[in-house]
Amino acid sequence: MGTMNIETAEGRLEALRRMCTIREFDDTASELFADGEIPGFVHLYIGEEAVAVGACSALEDDDYITSTHRGHGHCIAKGLDPERMMAELLGKRDGYCKGKGGSMHIADVDAGMLGANGIVGAGPPLATGAALGIDQRGEDRVALAFFGDGAVAQGQVHEALNLAATWSLPAVFVIENNQFGEGTPVEEQHHLDNLSETAEAYDIPGITVDGMDVTAVNEAVAEARTRARNGDGPTLVEAVTYRYRGHFEGDPQPYRDEEDVEEWRERDPIETFFQRLRDRGEITEEEFEAMRSEVETTVEEAVEYARDAPEPEPEDAYEDMFADPAPEIAQFAERLRADGGERGGDR
Amino acid sequence: MAQATDQRTATTTFREAIRTALREEMERDDGVFLMGEDVGDYGGVFEVTQGLADEFGEERVRDTPISEAGFVGAGVGAAATGMRPVVEVMFSDFLGVSAEQMLNQMAKMRYMFGGKTDMGITIRTTEGGGMGAASQHSGTLHTWFAHFPGIKAVAPATPEAAKGLLKSAIRSDDPVMFFEDKMIYEREGEMPTDADFTLPIGEASVEREGEDVTVVATQRLVGESLSLADELEGDVSVEVVDPRSLYPLDTDAIVESVEKTGRLVVADESPLSYGTHAEVVARVVESGFFSLDAPPQRVGVPDTHIPFSPPLEDEVLPQAADVRTAIDRVV
Repeated sequence: MGTMNIETAEGRLEALRRMCTIREFDDTASELFADGEIPGFVHLYIGEEAVAVGACSALEDDDYITSTHRGHGHCIAKGLDPERMMAELLGKRDGYCKGKGGSMHIADVDAGMLGANGIVGAGPPLATGAALGIDQRGEDRVALAFFGDGAVAQGQVHEALNLAATWSLPAVFVIENNQFGEGTPVEEQHHLDNLSETAEAYDIPGITVDGMDVTAVNEAVAEARTRARNGDGPTLVEAVTYRYRGHFEGDPQPYRDEEDVEEWRERDPIETFFQRLRDRGEITEEEFEAMRSEVETTVEEAVEYARDAPEPEPEDAYEDMFADPAPEIAQFAERLRADGGERGGDR
Repeated sequence: MAQATDQRTATTTFREAIRTALREEMERDDGVFLMGEDVGDYGGVFEVTQGLADEFGEERVRDTPISEAGFVGAGVGAAATGMRPVVEVMFSDFLGVSAEQMLNQMAKMRYMFGGKTDMGITIRTTEGGGMGAASQHSGTLHTWFAHFPGIKAVAPATPEAAKGLLKSAIRSDDPVMFFEDKMIYEREGEMPTDADFTLPIGEASVEREGEDVTVVATQRLVGESLSLADELEGDVSVEVVDPRSLYPLDTDAIVESVEKTGRLVVADESPLSYGTHAEVVARVVESGFFSLDAPPQRVGVPDTHIPFSPPLEDEVLPQAADVRTAIDRVV
């Protein structure tokens, strides 16, 4: 729950705002990538906002999460700062990872965000380890792993489920079933219809919920968190959702038609949540417009911050390998600069 | 690094030295815990952790399922959130099963995250042939991990080094692979008894001084090279240098020795191509080329796997006789 207790009207508005922020952040990232301002690969979370926000609104601020290659939504839902996120996407020194990680590796361990991750299925063992640490220290926290439907085919995900179940760890596993593992539809990758049935193999609760509905995700994860904190071990939650964009920006998407996307858009998680809150009298059309406009400003400011932030110095590439540096790195780096200054030259 | 003030030592085995380091560090820091297959009541397949579950309880000496990717990954996650796990992977040949978590997570998290994540994990594993365990239980894989950026790798040869380096590994905020040669668990030696005794990672040890040839040896081959040096005394004066740490590697100590002797033999049980030997030779050539009076020699496994049948295994495993042949070639 923390700052986003969805059981209160205030918390619901905050959840709506974060969903809007994720949408705006990733729409903007899409434009910046198309304009060549963001190097590398970008995987956008657009369409899946209810999953990250629904889950994180069921967590306390000091709970841990692990994320995926599609991590911007998890970061914002966990409360990370869009300015430093955008600076990281642009490879700037003031980004969360000083420009060393980029979109796929944003992390803020102090905020409980154990990293976006470029390896599909690598997060659940890490979350299991975080939960093991919580258990050993006797703390009142949980660790939650977000992972995609594609990751459910990875062996290490099943090893993590087995360990967490066998040791009754305070862990929560959330499958984001966005219908595609990279460029292949989910039904071509799994024999199970409901991926949450995987839980049966580990004798833990498994539940499939509407991942376009932020309150449905929140309720399932809140229950899972309570179970974890009561010492009853992990839960596997499958949130059925949809990614509006390709696997990565620039994906030609030969595997689906635009009509499929339109069908899902009719159940858009932000729009439907707004309508529900409006119908309950918790927000007006005007207030929602104002919220959207504030969110636009927030993201615009993040872009400005990122553009103005300094580039890393080339030599920063040699920092941060170890707590106690290996002398090799400095020695090898020095040899690249014959005259001690610029790289290259005539000597 | 804490300095040992108490200079007393005890004669102990390599195995007991490791167990002593584990015990002392668990007593010192509640965040230290052990995890691996059969490390609990069973005491470990090579009996290294015997008795520790009784002393510290099954939560801190934790048996795992046979699930290397899972429990190594859990160790990485625990380390990233402030614990100090010591994970045992029963045989180094099994490291491949958990490689993803070591290579893409453990090794890279600090760097990818801009230096913000401590990774105080130690992974203990066994290496080496000599007991007829065949190709999937006899490998020497330390070169892989010494090669991979972001990982420190140590391979002690004596009880003193085992205790001092393991304690440093556990206290380190960097990931350390701790390679135990399973053929030297019974090797005896003097081990400092002070609980504050540690050895710095990245420092070599001149185990025996000599004038004619430098033998850089690791693990089992340190003891065998020392015995060989005794045999050759009066004929050839052999200096034996144990790097102890494979990464970082103490280039200065090795080059200094070769500057004195002019000759280099590198003896390590890893396969020869692209190996630990090649790295030692390269560093000597880069930094001490003009000190060399003869071509450097490599002693290792001739690029085969370790076969089962004793005559076959004896053929490929490097031994003192091979070090002798290499010395004869250059002296």
